[in-house]
Amino acid sequence: MRIAHRWKLTKTLDPHPVSLWFIPVISILLAFAVGGIFLAATGHNPVRIYGVMLNGAFGSVYGVSETLVKTIPLLLTSLGVSVAFRMKLWNIGAEGQFYLGAFATTWVALTFPDLPAAVLLPAMTVAGFVGGAFAALLAAIPRAYLAVNETITTLMLNYIAIYWVNYFIYGPWRDPAGRNFPLTKIFSDAAALPSLGGTRVHYGLFYGLAAAALLFFLFRYTKWGYTVRVIGESNAAARYAGFNITRNIIAVLLLSGGLSGIAGMAELAGVAHRLQPGLSPGYGYTAIIIAWLARLNPCLIIVTAFLFGALQIGGYAIQTSGLPSATVTMLQGLVLFFVLAGEIFTYYRLELIPGKEVAAGE
Amino acid sequence: MPENIRVEMKSISKSFAGNPANDRVNLTVRSGEVHVILGENGAGKSTLMNILAGIYRPDAGEISINGTPTVFSSPRDAIGAGIGMVHQHFRLVPSLSVTENIILGSEQTPFFLRLPQIETKIRQLSARYGLQVDPAAKVHQLSIGEQQRVEILKLLYRDSRLLILDEPTAVLTPQEVDELFATLRQMAASNRAVLIITHKMREVMAVADRVTVLRNGRNAAEITREHISEAELARLMVGKDFSVRDIRPKREKGEPVLELRNINADSDKGLLGLRNVSLTVHAGEILGIAGVAGNGQREMCEVIAGLRRPTAGNLLIDGKDYTGRSPKEILRAGVSYIPEDRLGTGLVPNLGAIDNIILKETPAAGRQNTVLIDYAGAKAKTEDLVRRYRIKTRSLTSPVKLMSGGNLQRLLLAREIAAAPKLIVAAYPVRGLDIEATDTVRNLLLEQRDNGTAVLLVSEDLDEIFQLTDRIAVLYNGAIQGILATAAATAEEIGLLMLGANTTEENII
Repeated sequence: MRIAHRWKLTKTLDPHPVSLWFIPVISILLAFAVGGIFLAATGHNPVRIYGVMLNGAFGSVYGVSETLVKTIPLLLTSLGVSVAFRMKLWNIGAEGQFYLGAFATTWVALTFPDLPAAVLLPAMTVAGFVGGAFAALLAAIPRAYLAVNETITTLMLNYIAIYWVNYFIYGPWRDPAGRNFPLTKIFSDAAALPSLGGTRVHYGLFYGLAAAALLFFLFRYTKWGYTVRVIGESNAAARYAGFNITRNIIAVLLLSGGLSGIAGMAELAGVAHRLQPGLSPGYGYTAIIIAWLARLNPCLIIVTAFLFGALQIGGYAIQTSGLPSATVTMLQGLVLFFVLAGEIFTYYRLELIPGKEVAAGE
Repeated sequence: MPENIRVEMKSISKSFAGNPANDRVNLTVRSGEVHVILGENGAGKSTLMNILAGIYRPDAGEISINGTPTVFSSPRDAIGAGIGMVHQHFRLVPSLSVTENIILGSEQTPFFLRLPQIETKIRQLSARYGLQVDPAAKVHQLSIGEQQRVEILKLLYRDSRLLILDEPTAVLTPQEVDELFATLRQMAASNRAVLIITHKMREVMAVADRVTVLRNGRNAAEITREHISEAELARLMVGKDFSVRDIRPKREKGEPVLELRNINADSDKGLLGLRNVSLTVHAGEILGIAGVAGNGQREMCEVIAGLRRPTAGNLLIDGKDYTGRSPKEILRAGVSYIPEDRLGTGLVPNLGAIDNIILKETPAAGRQNTVLIDYAGAKAKTEDLVRRYRIKTRSLTSPVKLMSGGNLQRLLLAREIAAAPKLIVAAYPVRGLDIEATDTVRNLLLEQRDNGTAVLLVSEDLDEIFQLTDRIAVLYNGAIQGILATAAATAEEIGLLMLGANTTEENII
């Protein structure tokens, strides 16, 4: 006789409410634990490194304010991609939409430098939105009418947008007084978003919070938000209910791209004040991770974007310890990997099937 | 141990996601008998058969073959033990020939194929059991009925002693069902055992030597041929009695609500899906569409709902031309479509009951507030419908995909009926439902008819068509073969039309 125990994964249809919170938190801790192994393997003390990161991001007013500065573009781009993801449109072109938003903003700021702030800033905001929306539209039209895969087109448009912007920075818009550096002229003072207190945190933060509130409202209370949800859940049901899918694909991608475009505008008007290469260190890609981790929930996106902002700032802090900035990219990847992998424990339960006696030699 | 016992399943239990599908089920099958497993959907029939065929492993219990306890760790073990199964959805390779499909995976196939000899053997088996099929034909050229014969030949070629057939008649015309039953009897006569899964009582009466009735995953009864009665079986399946319903219309039929005039439409493959289809449905009548599934039913429903554009002809609702109008406009004209695919098209799986109830109110919101959703009103309406239609749900916001098939269909019908449609197009509205839910759905359709709604009922179940409809139109290969008054039609007539027997003008009334 032998006793045969068996492990079995069984699916649970409605997960325990606590596990919805508990499992992601454990997953994030595990991600940092595994990241720690890599740090230790490269001869660093992980506890000290994480301490430096925490201290850099939260240890001072300056740290927190810098974290907030990083949060703003992350928040706006994350909200942008989350709109498209709601409809299961895989817009991974937030990076390009950010740049075209910045491009349009720059055009307004450089062309009308003498306008008063009360006119110029709204005009730049609109331009940012339009620029980002236009970048998304280039993918939206083939997607809506010809079912061209938007994942590919939005990704490829990122490169087009970045090189388009670079062409202007290195060419027509290069500042003649800039000692040949690839930079545009500094914007006029009227083109700057006001800052909060003595910090670099600017009014773009309110753009982000307002956008989050707007999306929350749209998806919670309006018929349009409902329509988008239904289309995302089931195309067949949406067609059956009489929804116009083509038009909504375009509307959703315009809004999605527009929000990322505003992120570009805010980064320019709030922080950089001139267009330069590398304006975004990959906000549009990090946004995809943030939107997923926050389950597309606008309120959770605010929190997650803040934490990822902290990770960026913490990453700058550890560079003085001789670690490359890619450390942060590695940690971001690990967090995403663990949180997604952890979902299996939210929706499945591991059970031990009690051993039963099996006759030997059957 | 009696000689003739082939297979015994003792106290078999199996659960999925914590829900027991089989709970200590016993089953004994002897060679030389046709044994029917009868039960409603979800009674655990298919699970039990999949365990016997080695596809699932039981959580507990024992299978013995000729008295020897046996554990199957794969379907191959079951096949080796002489047990074979014809699944509801066939497992054939369309691009291969009949012969190639039959020998596929068979252990007796030598490395160098000697096809002529194999074909001879297949021909002999075909002739002996009345399974006519050309061994050289490619499977994709065969009709569904012929494909089923290939599946059965596959088992006979492997010399299976116990053949399991999961819902074998679902895809067949009445004539094909008779042929199949003759074949099954022939197999039992040659000392094989045949196990059939079904939920149709007529079939039990026609073919069974013994019946095992399952209810809620447990044994409800085992009955031998001489003790079978339809009323008794129904009671055993459901656990309670059903009254016979009075289906005579309470009023005369009214004006035409739906008219199709010479409609042509393409199928998804770009072929002609509907050919010159003309029919009329009046207020207060049920027009049944009979036919083997896949003969243009879906195309017809979609044309009426505006989801598919006809390539020729006209669609009239209430006498007005709606050809080529959008689904939204047709919806607003009072057409309610209950699609075949209720979870995914009719209902959104991941949304809750409230969100599904408001599905069709959104585009038609010309009145009131067009921007915001009236959630308080939607909630009240949903609560009311859930109560009136006795819909069982965990909560009004939990995803509807967690609901059972019967409750889903009640929810869908509740929404559609609440919209007070002029025309209901119902495609296979009771497919997959248990007896009780089937009964509810049928009563609701009759009630709607008596309220003066026009109903187009697409069904593959002739009993249902005869029970509910006032007239029957038969679709074959995208064309209407005939439209008959139900009271004057016979099952044989309809069956012949379903097979594409010649249309004559007098068939159209």
